[in-house]
Amino acid sequence: MIYLDNNATTKVDERVLDAMLPFLKEDYANPSSMYDFAKKPAAAIKEARVKVRDLLGASNEKDIYFTSCGSESANTAIKGVLNCNREKKHIITTKVEHPCVLNTYKELEKNGYEVDYISVNSQGELDIEEFKQKLRKDTALVSIMYANNETGVIYPVEEIGEYIKSKSPETRFFVDAVQAAGKIPINVKDTNIDLLGISGHKFHAPKGVGVLYVKPDVRFTPLINGGHQERGLRAGTENVPYIVGIGKAAELAKDALDYELKEVKRLRDKLEEGILKNVFNARLNSSINKRVPNTSNIGFEYVEGELILLHLSDIGVCASSGSACTSGSLEPSHVLRAMGVPFTALHGSIRFSLSRFTKESDIDFVIENMPKIMDKLTSISPFQDELMELRKRKGL
Amino acid sequence: MWEYSEKVLEHYRHPRNVGKIDDADLIGEAGSLACGDSLKLYIKLDGKIIKDAKFQTFGCGSAVASSSILTEMIIGKTLEEAKKITNKDIAEELGGLPQEKMHCSVMGQEALEDALKKYYGEEKIEEEIGVSHSGDKVVCTCFNVTENQIWEAIKVNGLKTVEEVTNYTKAGGACGRCKGLIKDIIDTYYKKEVKKEELTPTQKILKISKVIDQQISPQLQKDGGDIELVDVEGNKVKVKLTGMCSGCKNATMTLKAFVESVLRDKVDSSLEVEQV
Repeated sequence: MIYLDNNATTKVDERVLDAMLPFLKEDYANPSSMYDFAKKPAAAIKEARVKVRDLLGASNEKDIYFTSCGSESANTAIKGVLNCNREKKHIITTKVEHPCVLNTYKELEKNGYEVDYISVNSQGELDIEEFKQKLRKDTALVSIMYANNETGVIYPVEEIGEYIKSKSPETRFFVDAVQAAGKIPINVKDTNIDLLGISGHKFHAPKGVGVLYVKPDVRFTPLINGGHQERGLRAGTENVPYIVGIGKAAELAKDALDYELKEVKRLRDKLEEGILKNVFNARLNSSINKRVPNTSNIGFEYVEGELILLHLSDIGVCASSGSACTSGSLEPSHVLRAMGVPFTALHGSIRFSLSRFTKESDIDFVIENMPKIMDKLTSISPFQDELMELRKRKGL
Repeated sequence: MWEYSEKVLEHYRHPRNVGKIDDADLIGEAGSLACGDSLKLYIKLDGKIIKDAKFQTFGCGSAVASSSILTEMIIGKTLEEAKKITNKDIAEELGGLPQEKMHCSVMGQEALEDALKKYYGEEKIEEEIGVSHSGDKVVCTCFNVTENQIWEAIKVNGLKTVEEVTNYTKAGGACGRCKGLIKDIIDTYYKKEVKKEELTPTQKILKISKVIDQQISPQLQKDGGDIELVDVEGNKVKVKLTGMCSGCKNATMTLKAFVESVLRDKVDSSLEVEQV
């Protein structure tokens, strides 16, 4: 099997699993308990907090809160901050956020909030000028993702943070960094990012654990009330093995950042160039620059995405599509639509996302097979004249 | 991951009768590139018998499988026999389709109908499939689905909810504005008289205001517009469209097809909406 869907989820690193296992077996104590048996789990959580702090470049491990997933981190950040600042009802976000963020704002709109959704251009890049115009003194929250899950395009959150600080210092700034953590360096202490969320399973920890970073002077209310865990801001007995897992994964991701930026990028670029060169109906769906090193979103014109995925799956290749047919929603990806990707390629968009476990031979296999699949699938398409035109244009 | 039957897998992997018949006697088309699936069906006749059929499809696995099996189903059949094939037959022949994918089988049926129309002429076919009401207006503008198509899907598949109609025809699957209309069609089909309790004038105004705030306004806000309730006189609801909706060329359409239909559905079927 060739797994190129790492933006959906990743394989748990063996070393992460090894670090977790003792806490699923012998060291099962509740870290809040008073006996010596609880010391090891309590110390392990502390250690995990330090490792996550280092991955995010935070100054203090106390600013790290463990959650159950990226969606919980986002919901806590957004609702928690707004609850502490009830007189302000204006929010700015983007049209291309992850559904866990977008749907939270849709819900808030029903409850009287005014939300501005910033546009992106055809390259998937954010319209910074539009953002600057929308920012007001009474903006309660700005919420912008670090990198887009579908295109991999990185947004200038540091620059945006500085702008907010200079124009409206009371406005809070939340960054959904789920697709950035472990792929590019993050350094929250040098930025004006107030809150930042990540998810473990996107960087080789298991599913079921996330993190919310909150700057020390930023107040928020908990989403889950209960005990005193996480300084009273996220109740529920600590999920010790998974917290240990995300800690270990953070440590490994930080060590592997160089590899990610060089080697994973090299493989991604090779895959992308190989497909764009050899497949006559392929086009890149995003900016070639300013992207996380592992993601490539390619549109295959006049062929539907689910059909491509099924044929890739038949030869053991896992990828994903922004096509409507894969989700059952009947509408293709909101991200690609916001970018104005033409209809001809919109339904046939495929996202390949690599990881540090991707091998050169995986990439070679896909480059070799993609033209064959596309020859077969385009032969079924009713748009033969248009396809012939594309072939001529590319000389393939 | 969809749960596709073995037969669906077999047909998307190895579709039968792919291609074009250059001297086809009948050609039927359904769907569009913009909507994400489209099918072109070619038929070669020998007298009244379908001698050969080929297809070209842009669509997902189940769309290709539906097209492929359709060609197998009609080859060798007389036109009279082919005319009787419904989307349900196509889905059954495939060993079933996931609910959300039933619209793929409907596309097959529509392409077949479109081809046969060219042989029999439009009226005869409509008579045959039992479309009892005149005219055929587009209900879902996102996917270009007409009232007759919805009527037919309800009839053949026994659909009872708006969600089921969306799964089978795609209608209502994008912006969702036609959901009220779809419900009306379902109600008309089953001749269900939706009972509404008698409201006092104040109760009626309060209810109209609530429906506008909670159900209509949020939909319009999605497109950057909004609506204000100005007055209620008898059964006339006077509203003002604001934001992007004011001056929008589809404003009248929005008023009648969406605002009025939702208010009629939720409050009173005799209401009339007008813009002030």
